[in-house]
Amino acid sequence: MDCLIEKKKNPALAVQIGSLTLSNPVLTASGTFGYAKEFESFVHLHRLGGVVVKGISLEPRAGNPPPRIVETSCGMLNAIGLENVGVERFIAEKIPYLSNLNVPVFVNILGDSVDDYRRLASRLAGVDGIAALEVNISCPNVKKGGSAFGSDPDVAAAVTRAVKQESDVPVVVKLSPNVTDVTVIAQAVESAGADGISLINTLIGMAIDLRTRRPKLANVIGGLSGPAIKPVALRMVHQVAKAVCVPVIGIGGIDSAEDALEFILAGATAVQVGTANFINPRASEEIVEGIAAYVDEQQLGSICELIGALKIPGEGG
Amino acid sequence: MSRIQEKVQLIRSERLTDDNCRLTLASQSIAEAAVPGQFVMIQTASGHDPLLRRPFSIHQTRNDATFQIVFKIIGRGTSLLAHCREGEELSVLGPLGQGYRLQPDVPAILVGGGMGIAPLLFLARRLMEQQVLQAPPQVLLGARNADELLSFLNEFQALGVRVLTATDDGSHGHSGLVTDELKKLNPLSESVIYCCGPKPMMAAVATICRERALACQVSVETAMACGMGACLGCTVPLQDGSYGHACSDGPVFDAERILWTV
Repeated sequence: MDCLIEKKKNPALAVQIGSLTLSNPVLTASGTFGYAKEFESFVHLHRLGGVVVKGISLEPRAGNPPPRIVETSCGMLNAIGLENVGVERFIAEKIPYLSNLNVPVFVNILGDSVDDYRRLASRLAGVDGIAALEVNISCPNVKKGGSAFGSDPDVAAAVTRAVKQESDVPVVVKLSPNVTDVTVIAQAVESAGADGISLINTLIGMAIDLRTRRPKLANVIGGLSGPAIKPVALRMVHQVAKAVCVPVIGIGGIDSAEDALEFILAGATAVQVGTANFINPRASEEIVEGIAAYVDEQQLGSICELIGALKIPGEGG
Repeated sequence: MSRIQEKVQLIRSERLTDDNCRLTLASQSIAEAAVPGQFVMIQTASGHDPLLRRPFSIHQTRNDATFQIVFKIIGRGTSLLAHCREGEELSVLGPLGQGYRLQPDVPAILVGGGMGIAPLLFLARRLMEQQVLQAPPQVLLGARNADELLSFLNEFQALGVRVLTATDDGSHGHSGLVTDELKKLNPLSESVIYCCGPKPMMAAVATICRERALACQVSVETAMACGMGACLGCTVPLQDGSYGHACSDGPVFDAERILWTV
């Protein structure tokens, strides 16, 4: 029965990111879901709120030498090195599949200079099948000595402005947690025109092999993801949601509907499921189902009633 | 390609040696879909630690809709698996990856070392089933000692393949490396070498095959998070300067494509 009758999209789950309406608040995080095709045998892709595809650069990138990943307590470190097919092959080979999925596709873009981001946004403008851009500002800024775009509010704002000028779809900026005060960066990209803010990208970490006395990653350091980072992510989403007016997309260690709902209470309008996809390829769809069940059970008119509905004793509400 | 994620029942758990285990798992769909050289990803715990699934080559499939894996207990994940009780359910994802490309019409030599012997049993069985040549495949097995070999030896011999062995301590067959046996064999130039084992052994086999212009397929092992081409963590450096991925381009590669650094 269930497989013959397509489930109607539940209007109570719809959320808004800029001009874009998502049928539900669950997206897949960039770099954990390939170009979506990898997951087609496990997930009804059209039932997701959206998919964020692997980050794209102007030119193809081979990525870092191995070992690129290492498991840590309740998490993993990765130093993939932004391996991707480059924007031209992405448009030629990946977009035709993605644009037929009937799901909003967010294209994550990354570059080494403000101009790289501008050219990427310009190349992707007008390409059918792209619902939004997600700007990854966690990469090193080659022109500015290698410090991340995401750690300097002025540069983060410059990247955002450049992308906004060229893009014809909503622009979400993905923030790095590896900064002193994430709200400063969030406000800078909001002022520069971002339609939404997603966070957090991975936390920089490292792991050491005592036996060989070497780092476990060839790149020495890598990005920590998975359940281990969820408390940090929740805290940062909460802070940013209070500091900006644009929608916030929560990311970090989400692997259940309960996790996702916590992020929404903290102020997220939507969430992204990342590392959980590696362990349970059906995780994202199961989270949609779990949120739908919660909304029913709590008799909510809309999931939006929960956004930022965190009750802090002594702060009223 | 059919890939399945399901809860499967552990039918049988055997300790082959002090630290080598064999698990028999019930899954008709995985047993039917699998080809030699493919692998499965198994969740070793239900919580967050260990977080990632572990990859295991398929040791063999059986007609009764089960498949087997063999592994050495080396860390927490494998230790947890070794202690699973018969009757328990495990979450399995598979079959994954590109297996061996079977060439039943040319002489076959299978070279296995240590835990790498396990998936070759599946391969040997399929080659025997498809055999068109008079001579059955030649199987060369290397291990640390007789103990490690004996768990597999009977099953290879029961297939009717020719088996030669080598052990580090000389307790079974040739005393020394399995690659010595490969050199002595002096394979026909049209032979295909199918190989699985520790990286130094596979590199040595690849060198022998290159020198003698023999076709060689190797099954590589790397750390991986997803097993399905999403995490891009299971990088294999290739001769042309690019990177392959063990889970989707492999785990079986033509040996000459791989950049061997030992």
